[in-house]
Amino acid sequence: MSGDARQRLLAARAAHWQRARRMTLYLLVLWLATGFGTVFFARELARFELFGWPLSFYMAAQGAALMSLASIAVYAWRMRRLDREYGSAAEGRA
Amino acid sequence: MSQQPRYFGKLSRYYLWYTGCFALFLVALAVLEQEGMPRLWIGYLFMFATIALYATIGVICRTSNVTEYYVAGRRVPALFNGMATAADWISAASFISLAGGLYLQGFDGLAFIMGWTGGFVLVALLIAPYLRKFAQYTIPDFLAARYGGGAGGRGAPVRALAVGATILVSFTYVVAQIYAVGLIASRFTGVDFSVGIFLGLASILVCSFLGGMRAITWTQVAQYIILLVAFLIPTMWLSVKHADNPIPQVAYGSLLPKLTALEADLARDPREEQVRAEFHRRAAEYAARADGLPESWEAGKVEAQRQLAAARARNGSLTEVRQAERALATYPNSVDEARALWIERRDANLERAKPPEPHATPFPGPTKEASDARRNNFLAVVFCLMFGTAALPHILMRAYTTPSVHETRVSVFWTLFFILLVYLTIPALAVLVKYDLYTSLIGSDFTSLPTWISYWANVDKANPLVSVADINGDGIVQLAEFAIDADVLVLATPEIGGLPYVISGLVAAGGLAAALSTADGLLLAISNALSHDVYYKIVQPNASTQKRVTISKLLLLAVAFIAAYAASQKPADILSLVAAAFSLAGSTLFPALVLGVFWKRANHQGALAGMVAGFAVCLFYMLRASPGLGGSALDTWFGILPMAAGVFGVPAGMLTVIVVSLLTAPPPRTSDAMVDYIRAPE
Repeated sequence: MSGDARQRLLAARAAHWQRARRMTLYLLVLWLATGFGTVFFARELARFELFGWPLSFYMAAQGAALMSLASIAVYAWRMRRLDREYGSAAEGRA
Repeated sequence: MSQQPRYFGKLSRYYLWYTGCFALFLVALAVLEQEGMPRLWIGYLFMFATIALYATIGVICRTSNVTEYYVAGRRVPALFNGMATAADWISAASFISLAGGLYLQGFDGLAFIMGWTGGFVLVALLIAPYLRKFAQYTIPDFLAARYGGGAGGRGAPVRALAVGATILVSFTYVVAQIYAVGLIASRFTGVDFSVGIFLGLASILVCSFLGGMRAITWTQVAQYIILLVAFLIPTMWLSVKHADNPIPQVAYGSLLPKLTALEADLARDPREEQVRAEFHRRAAEYAARADGLPESWEAGKVEAQRQLAAARARNGSLTEVRQAERALATYPNSVDEARALWIERRDANLERAKPPEPHATPFPGPTKEASDARRNNFLAVVFCLMFGTAALPHILMRAYTTPSVHETRVSVFWTLFFILLVYLTIPALAVLVKYDLYTSLIGSDFTSLPTWISYWANVDKANPLVSVADINGDGIVQLAEFAIDADVLVLATPEIGGLPYVISGLVAAGGLAAALSTADGLLLAISNALSHDVYYKIVQPNASTQKRVTISKLLLLAVAFIAAYAASQKPADILSLVAAAFSLAGSTLFPALVLGVFWKRANHQGALAGMVAGFAVCLFYMLRASPGLGGSALDTWFGILPMAAGVFGVPAGMLTVIVVSLLTAPPPRTSDAMVDYIRAPE
């Protein structure tokens, strides 16, 4: 492999990793807020209502878990796009 | 590539057929019940038919190929891998006890729902895809390769520690599963507890012994279908009955305000207050006796002897004499024993003297501090369960079995999806059963108690699972007069809802499926750690593949029997053992796993120190803060319960890995290259 191609490969890998890491961070912050955040303020949120449930009960019983599921779905979908975008470059075919 | 969709289609067809046959089996049994088949036979049929089914799948999938045996050939499609992992995950505790726990604890119980689902975000984002990219066989494999470049050649010290953690965590967990198998089998078929254990063990063994991961995966998919059907049918029935909506997850929102109104009425009801006052009186009596020790012990003993003598002297009826004899025989043997017993009774009575806590209110408490303490413990439990989930070897092992990294990510999605089908139903079931009992049982007449009460009250006479007694003598059931154990609620739900006995059998089969599927996965994780990591990688690196699989099978057999023996000893307080397993797993394995992927500077010494420190802090706190283990409940840090020790263990492990790594030499370039490889796009 020429030095030039090697440089490109390393750059593609670095960019891929940076974007993957940033997305992981965003999703973890969201996960922290919907899970731990709503429990921390559960007493304050209990005044609000969502489809008949008190908001804090709904978040603990269903909301946080559904957000987790959505986060995992977004992650799988976005990572596949990232992998495709950088995959060919990282293997030196671009 | 074209192989995959065809394989997927074939599998889907098989499992659709299987589900259809299972439905037919249910209908046939329902018809037979109408024709008058005895209940015990239904119990037998469910138990033996399902165990025979799992064993058959095990025989069909038998294999001696290393890749098939350890990682199911790495060709399980994401959807099926998710379903199998969900069955692997849903343990006997979550199937049988969790809804009961929510019924008793209200909002506090939701910590288990949050903790046991949220952890999969950590699995999906931080660990599973990287493990799949690495593409070996076990969790110690990964840690040894990542940290093994430094001291110790092939990373034997890290591997040995990881194996130790895997075995310790999985073993405590598997004992709890086998215990549950024995319990269900003995309750529904009337066989002895230890016979039940060995029956269950036989089916676990046929399956994992012959086919390893491959057989386990396909059995677990079958088990998932049974446990899902078993959990949904009674819940949907109750949901239609009380909310005219067959989707319980949606329907119970409309019941919650009604339940809250009922609870408020019950808290003010004068008859309820009467009963609670009686419990207060009993508690005060025990408190007075405990305070009057040691004289009160002497006096009580003399009184018991006098009662017996009096009953004999006046030629009392046989039951009278028996009662007096029993009272004397169970009288505490010493002053210390009396103190422990009376304080326990005092607390139990005080507990029952409390008005019902509102189900949907977060953290009720008399003061702001008490309420805050409950919130902090809720958060700590959620934290431990989440990080424990992300470090349980039998779940992470599943990341290796899919065809690609992308499929692993999708498979974690399906895992959580299938778990949520059950886990979102659990809080609904708790509310539905509570509403049902509050509207039908409470306020009814003592002469017309439903039959399920006497059935479940007589299962375990020493510690009744259900108890109803007319405390204030008004002939009407008050809420304070009724007590139910968390473990009974799900098993009794079909009878509470008035469903035919077939559904009770189905629920028992579901509980059995949950326990067996988890036990399968755990036993394989243990035997793989021993055969692959200890025997092949450390003791005998040039063993032939044939020999490795044979050794693994023999070890599996040995571990299974040791676990069954441990379960047959009926270890005390099995639920806290499971909670301890989560804290220990999170504290020991999570820091090394995640920093291994996300921080290149983490090195061999750091990982070793971090694993030891996380484990030690976690164990130290458990011992220090649990009264049962020689500690004291006053010695807590920030009022956190010992069950949530991982809340200190995980950060301690993380910090230690970072500090020790920075103080020692950076890892060699081979480790860097490996990290680059697992991070790189597919």
